[in-house]
Amino acid sequence: MYRYDEFDRTFLIDRNREFRNQVERRLKGELTEDQFKPLRLMNGLYLQLHAYMLRVAIPYGALTARQLRQLAMIARRWDKGFGHWTTRQNIQFNWIKLVDVPDILEALAEVDMHAIQTSGNCIRNVTADPYAGAAADEVEDPRIWAEILRQWSTNHPEFTFLPRKFKFAITGALEDRAAIAFHDIGIRIVGGPNGTVGFKIFVGGGQGRTPYVAQEMKAFLKPEELLSYLEAMLRVYNLHGRRDNLYKARIKILVNAIGIDAYRAQVEEEWERTRQEDIDLPAEEVARIRSHFTPPDLEARPLDAAAFAKRRAEDAGFDRWVRRNVIGHKNPDYAIVSIAFKEPGRPPGDASAEEMERVADAADRFSRSELRITYTQNVILPHVARADLIALYDELKEAGLVAGNTDLITDIIACPGLDYCNLANARSIPIAEAITDRFADPERAEQVGDLRLNISGCINACGHHHAGHIGILGVDKKGTEHYQITLGGSPDNDASVGDILGPSFPAEGVPDAIDTIIDTYLAQRNDGETFLATYRRIGATPFKETLYGTR
Amino acid sequence: MPSVMTANRLQDGAVVYLSDNENWITELASARVAEDGTQLEILQKIAAEATGKQIIIGAYPMDVDLTTGAPAAKSVREKIRAARRPTIAAVNEAR
Repeated sequence: MYRYDEFDRTFLIDRNREFRNQVERRLKGELTEDQFKPLRLMNGLYLQLHAYMLRVAIPYGALTARQLRQLAMIARRWDKGFGHWTTRQNIQFNWIKLVDVPDILEALAEVDMHAIQTSGNCIRNVTADPYAGAAADEVEDPRIWAEILRQWSTNHPEFTFLPRKFKFAITGALEDRAAIAFHDIGIRIVGGPNGTVGFKIFVGGGQGRTPYVAQEMKAFLKPEELLSYLEAMLRVYNLHGRRDNLYKARIKILVNAIGIDAYRAQVEEEWERTRQEDIDLPAEEVARIRSHFTPPDLEARPLDAAAFAKRRAEDAGFDRWVRRNVIGHKNPDYAIVSIAFKEPGRPPGDASAEEMERVADAADRFSRSELRITYTQNVILPHVARADLIALYDELKEAGLVAGNTDLITDIIACPGLDYCNLANARSIPIAEAITDRFADPERAEQVGDLRLNISGCINACGHHHAGHIGILGVDKKGTEHYQITLGGSPDNDASVGDILGPSFPAEGVPDAIDTIIDTYLAQRNDGETFLATYRRIGATPFKETLYGTR
Repeated sequence: MPSVMTANRLQDGAVVYLSDNENWITELASARVAEDGTQLEILQKIAAEATGKQIIIGAYPMDVDLTTGAPAAKSVREKIRAARRPTIAAVNEAR
């Protein structure tokens, strides 16, 4: 984990002092709301339906047990006792009072956390593979570069007022678990010539009202060129991005308007002009940051295979949890464990203060005090000895956190929707709950197999509906909530934007519609074929026929 | 169309409505109703003053249903705001 130094801490203390003063001036009337709003947004503070919402940055989703306990304390003391994991690997608190925010930011700073650049037209929290440093298929730990990007982009004077928000994602693994194709800039760490490692750069991906899969920008970039090249990419965007039209201001619109070749040519020209300006980090600084991510010293912990097999045979819940939530680690004695925050009756990704503390305890005991938040709104323990899996399961079971449904139909991504959000047109959480209830039988969910179902309450697509194998978008149809269904999206290596199936459904019709889609899939699938593979093979027509008949 | 003035309270963001005695209250049922455009203009002026005094932010007029006598929200969004809570149980409430 990256550890703050004196410079980082002093910066944060100064910044919090500045924001405390801005809040005081707002409350006294020395700042109008128009003047204050951009200042609060730069500190992660929104005004939502019921209260202020504070979005706290969790850089590349990496968290320590100590930090998680502090988040639990904040939830209990200043919120209503819970928080919400977001699709940018952050946490949101939904019931915040403006007058409390300066104290909350101080509490965050005590554990080296903040809410800077979780909103506003700037470079947002950089997201990364939640299995970073542990994944068996990893080329290099992406957190090193995510941290370099974080430091480079924090308070970057040139990129603080971009045409629109800007999102980076980075993966260092063969399998993309960071949805890099749906980011303004996606970075993949790849092997280069002569055993070197570098970056493949993608640009112009995104969701919202105009979804695009990112296009390849540069096949191979040397590590020592990363920052100067990204800076050139941002500069060209900053110059030409549409500040006149909110809906056309993202880099994806620019890249698709002028074409990837024209954009690349301008970036290369800018890069040639500016790359000598000492933007790139010296090797010793990269080494210093790299030293924060030294792999943990994982001692040999052989598994008692007989006892493990016995427990699996006797306990179906444990067996399912192992099948779905225990993932291979680069060290064969260890595993990556997913803690699911998805189950009947739980708003997807919501965690109570008590649950946060229980998970922090589990991280201390079983995972070197390390945790990760996934963009699918779950929590990862990255370094669990297989020999400890039974003890971990039993501990999580006491906390009610052993749903064995990772990447199944009930592992739904959902935005807060109209229950909390000022922008939403329709509710997301009740739809997620109705579908979760419909597929509550874990055997049935497992029979359906790998399935990403994502729900957004408006076209801004915080719930990643475009990238869902099944996507659900809430719309306002003459004052009632309706839901449009898309099929065939994917956030993975084979990224794609889902296709709209047909007319929307009222809320009460959605679970039946999903049931029909699943039945159609089960009737049509070949052996071992996933939902997405079946959809890509047979297309939308069979689903349209069963859903809409001859309509 | 009957309407009331609603806003969020500056200090804590709570949903509030303008009452008969020019207070900003959390109960929609006790909000002051404007029956026509002229009455609404008066309420909007009061809201503008309250905005200037750092009491509220984001004030806007909202149509209400008077079927039961007291003003009630019409849209889903305003029903959720008026309830001062989401329509689902929170994770730490009884499930």
